[in-house]
Amino acid sequence: MLELQNVCFKKDNKLILNNINIKFDETRFYVITGPNGSGKSTLAKIIMGLEKPTSGKIIFNGKDITDMPVDKRSKEGISFAFQQPVRFKGITVYDLLKISTGKDLCKKEACGILSKVGLCALEYVDREINASLSGGELKRIEIASVIARNPKVAIFDEPEAGIDLWSFKNLIQVFKELESNYSGITIVISHQERILNIADQIILMKDGKVSKVGKKEEMINEILNGSSCCKGVNDCE
Amino acid sequence: MVQVAVRGLMIVNEIDKNLLDEIDVSDFKESEAYNIRKNGKSIKRKINDYVDIEPKEDGKGINVYVKENTYFGIVHIPVILTQSGLKDVVYNDFYVGKNANVIILAGCGIHNDEHEDSEHDGIHRFFIEEGAKVKYTEKHYGNGRGTGKRILNPVTEINLKKNASMTMDSVQIKGVSKTKRVTKAKIYEGATLVVKEKILTSDNQVAKTDFVIDLKGDGASCNVTSRSVATENSYQEFKSVVTGKAKSYAHVSCDAIIKDDAKVKAIPEIYAKDADANLVHEAVIGKIAGEQLMKLMSLGLSEKEAEDVIIKGFLK
Repeated sequence: MLELQNVCFKKDNKLILNNINIKFDETRFYVITGPNGSGKSTLAKIIMGLEKPTSGKIIFNGKDITDMPVDKRSKEGISFAFQQPVRFKGITVYDLLKISTGKDLCKKEACGILSKVGLCALEYVDREINASLSGGELKRIEIASVIARNPKVAIFDEPEAGIDLWSFKNLIQVFKELESNYSGITIVISHQERILNIADQIILMKDGKVSKVGKKEEMINEILNGSSCCKGVNDCE
Repeated sequence: MVQVAVRGLMIVNEIDKNLLDEIDVSDFKESEAYNIRKNGKSIKRKINDYVDIEPKEDGKGINVYVKENTYFGIVHIPVILTQSGLKDVVYNDFYVGKNANVIILAGCGIHNDEHEDSEHDGIHRFFIEEGAKVKYTEKHYGNGRGTGKRILNPVTEINLKKNASMTMDSVQIKGVSKTKRVTKAKIYEGATLVVKEKILTSDNQVAKTDFVIDLKGDGASCNVTSRSVATENSYQEFKSVVTGKAKSYAHVSCDAIIKDDAKVKAIPEIYAKDADANLVHEAVIGKIAGEQLMKLMSLGLSEKEAEDVIIKGFLK
């Protein structure tokens, strides 16, 4: 289980996350949604350790990981797909998947992982992760790099951002399969109705606070009708 | 000293073999021509029906002749320096006949365990006839425990006739105290030059590269890519002057990663002397991007491991 206790995050004197308290249970598929600037991506980065909370605690399977650096969290089983996948000169998809799995993967195994994200593996496995790949291709490789680790917590920061409709349709399929087959905690930051529809639980954020948490069935109409809102009280101030 | 067999020839010891393996291979195939130069002298040479190698009259180098229409020739011309305090200057000329296709592997390895400087200056001139294709690889490497500097100053002059092409891969990854590399090319109608240069410097090393390229005919083109990593207190300088005198194309890219107290300077110059010349120069110098480190660390690598992976990939 992953738990955030009273997590606050300030940057440039601005309160980005305001007293966040959430418990993530295993085998659940969570979607964190909310308007732009509500703190969703920051929350995801805080869990991965890419940002450090100003106050509060992060507890993972009973261990306080608040001060644990990114690489150690990764070794504990937390993994993160970046909203804007990083490009590398000279590093191939195969290289990245070998790093992800932490073993000397054979090409057949690498191709198997790429197939899971809908990429025709042989065409991609030896390609460099550089500007020659499209946004959709990079996204899928990014997702593959997370799936390859078989993490206990898989975080995906706006997987739909920057990709075309056709690629998005395929991505939904990837997440549906994750939801059905994956036993860890999945956290997806998303605005998309079709991703919200896959969720077990939806976490709605507004002004740096958790506005509402509930089952998809309870939340989705409210969110889509735009009636959900929170006041944004500065509890950490 | 223990002698090591190379294809049955007792010609090199363990230090020589290590240097040869770093810059090329110490084990040439039967069908390949070669000339091994050690401490200022040719110590072994082999020619075949397609490749002739002759020493110059003054003994300061060789002429390599690749016959017309050679289908797939391979020539090795490694140089090794193990004598501290030696300054070796060599002039090698390559004459590649019409429509020949050849791979030339050059390189210099210096082992210096003493306090005196060792230096090798290789001046290579290429005369590449119509339609010929040359792949030229040079690798520079230095090792040894001495305080004497390991200095390499290669000069490469390239003449590419109509529709000829040359690919030049140049690598200097380790142990060279000081280098100035000069590459000059004249590229005629329809001919193409592709240069890929990779350099890594550390300690107080200095590496300067200088390209002077003239695109002299319609359809002439060149593509120069320099990737370098400067670490610790080292200094690198990249200079290129490309002149387009016809309907020609050039793309020059200098991409450097800088670390620690290193310094990197890029001086690009492109000069179009024809309205149809299309010349591009890109120069990027910067630290390893933070998000690249973060991505690899999010996959379980430490910061140091992530940095090594990024640099290794960059210079691959």
